[in-house]
Amino acid sequence: MKAKIVSYCKIKNNTVWVNGEKFYVDNQSVDITTFLAHLYKQLNLNYPKFFKMDNLCKLGILATELAIQNNSEFNNYEKDKVAISLSNNSSSIETDRNHIKTIADKNQYFPSPSLFVYTLPNIIIGEIAIKYKLTGENSFFISEKFDENLMCTYDSILLNEAQSSHTTAVIGGWVNVDGNEGEGFIYCLEKANFNPDRTGFSSSYNSETIHKFYNKTE
Amino acid sequence: MNTYLGANNIVSPLGFTTASNMEALLQGTAAVKQQHFPFSESLFCCSKIEETDLNTRFSRLSKIDAFTHLEKMCILSINDVVKQSGIDLKNKENLLIISTTKGNIDVLEGAYKNIDSHRGYLSEFAKTVGKFFDCGFAPLVVSNACISGLLAIIIAKRLIENKSYKNIIVCGADIISEFTLSGFKSFNALSEVPARPFDKNRIGINLGEAASSILLSSDAISTIKISSGNSANDANHISGPSRNGDGLFQAVKNTLGDSKIKTVDFISAHGTATEYNDEMESVAFSRAQLHQVPLNSLKGYYGHTLGAAGVLESVVAVQSLLSNTLIQSAGFDTKGTSHELNVIKKTEHKVINSCLKTASGFGGCNAAALFEKV
Repeated sequence: MKAKIVSYCKIKNNTVWVNGEKFYVDNQSVDITTFLAHLYKQLNLNYPKFFKMDNLCKLGILATELAIQNNSEFNNYEKDKVAISLSNNSSSIETDRNHIKTIADKNQYFPSPSLFVYTLPNIIIGEIAIKYKLTGENSFFISEKFDENLMCTYDSILLNEAQSSHTTAVIGGWVNVDGNEGEGFIYCLEKANFNPDRTGFSSSYNSETIHKFYNKTE
Repeated sequence: MNTYLGANNIVSPLGFTTASNMEALLQGTAAVKQQHFPFSESLFCCSKIEETDLNTRFSRLSKIDAFTHLEKMCILSINDVVKQSGIDLKNKENLLIISTTKGNIDVLEGAYKNIDSHRGYLSEFAKTVGKFFDCGFAPLVVSNACISGLLAIIIAKRLIENKSYKNIIVCGADIISEFTLSGFKSFNALSEVPARPFDKNRIGINLGEAASSILLSSDAISTIKISSGNSANDANHISGPSRNGDGLFQAVKNTLGDSKIKTVDFISAHGTATEYNDEMESVAFSRAQLHQVPLNSLKGYYGHTLGAAGVLESVVAVQSLLSNTLIQSAGFDTKGTSHELNVIKKTEHKVINSCLKTASGFGGCNAAALFEKV
């Protein structure tokens, strides 16, 4: 497969790893909402829209930001040729539960459009697309666990010139939030021939390497 | 290499087979109607499958209490395609893809006493359906808002052309629930009367429920192929379409470009009948120089069936090509978009060889696919 992984970020158990190195640990936060707020502050993002998002989107945006910050070629991609290909198990279940709470009591029936819009898992794709102006391919898959074979097969098809000339790079991975548990794993992929002289981290993209990187949390 | 579109099914209030649905469409029968739900005093205009009809059909296959409303719809739909085609989903050359936005959302709402709450997870719902057919692989699930169904068909084509699988059945399905009705109502997006896509007097969408399935294969199982297909994002707003139709235009441009054709014989549009969506589509089709191509939306018949819509509308598009029929766009009378569109006002028979199918959804997503006679 002619693709390489050029940066990745993993977030789990209040800890953040970038390209396999521990980047940030938060020993104080007792819940995912607080942890995400602390990490946002740590990154100095200055992106007010962040506070409108549900936890799934917050987690996805922060992991994507770190993957992109560590990809020196990111600004050289044509933005309509960057695909976003994500997956998770729980879809938007936390926000689904919250929406159900707003309609459970007939005497306090207040469904809200700003909440309801987050009851779709691909809204995180929309949030990433908006923040980084990416207009390429979109796909959101549901699988019980991070399925490196599925993601690798599909991302490789997107980056394969014979099937599609519309994709140069892929923001891919897994973003899952269920209750107080969240796990994010976002990687940047690009065509192997995009910049053969690029410096820094880079590895060939296949299901073995991606499996290794996904699990590389010491 | 070609990917062919073969055996198919529609489970909707208009019938449990593609043939019965097509017959109803040719007669101009709509599934949407005003109805009351126990949770609200408001009237909702939507299309809902009668539980008793569904159970009568399903009881011939299995126990009605062991499955949710949505699972029964999906199993009936997929079973019809399996029976027609003889495709064995146990075989690892074959795959089932399910497209849905909310899956068993009624399980999360607490609608069942005897169904495990885990079935509210999309992966568990898909596994339950897959298990019924002894699938060799767990079904692949695509959940990408209102483009889910069309995107699943595009993904199936890509996997087949990558030689990952030989045959793929794509099943799109969603139900009517208090969850979605209350949510879309909070957006002020619902119409209390039948939806009027692209019309000047359109006031919003109707929701609908359906399951629809179609077989894609590398074998020449039919005379219709999917020639190309792409998705694109507006990168503009999570709940409103781009005013310039950017994402839809990009998806259409790439799809026509891949097949090196400039125009098509008809367009099966998304046409939800909201002010902004239909306007956006008119802008995008105008930019793509497709404004003179006959176009319809099926939302006036079925309402918006969310994760099912892309599959259901592709099935009708395939049948339209096979029978050389342009189906009237229900609810359309007077031009209601800033850009010209050739909305089909009366069902007619005419030789047609190609169809552009499009969809757009929350999260700024858009998809387009080209179906052609071989």
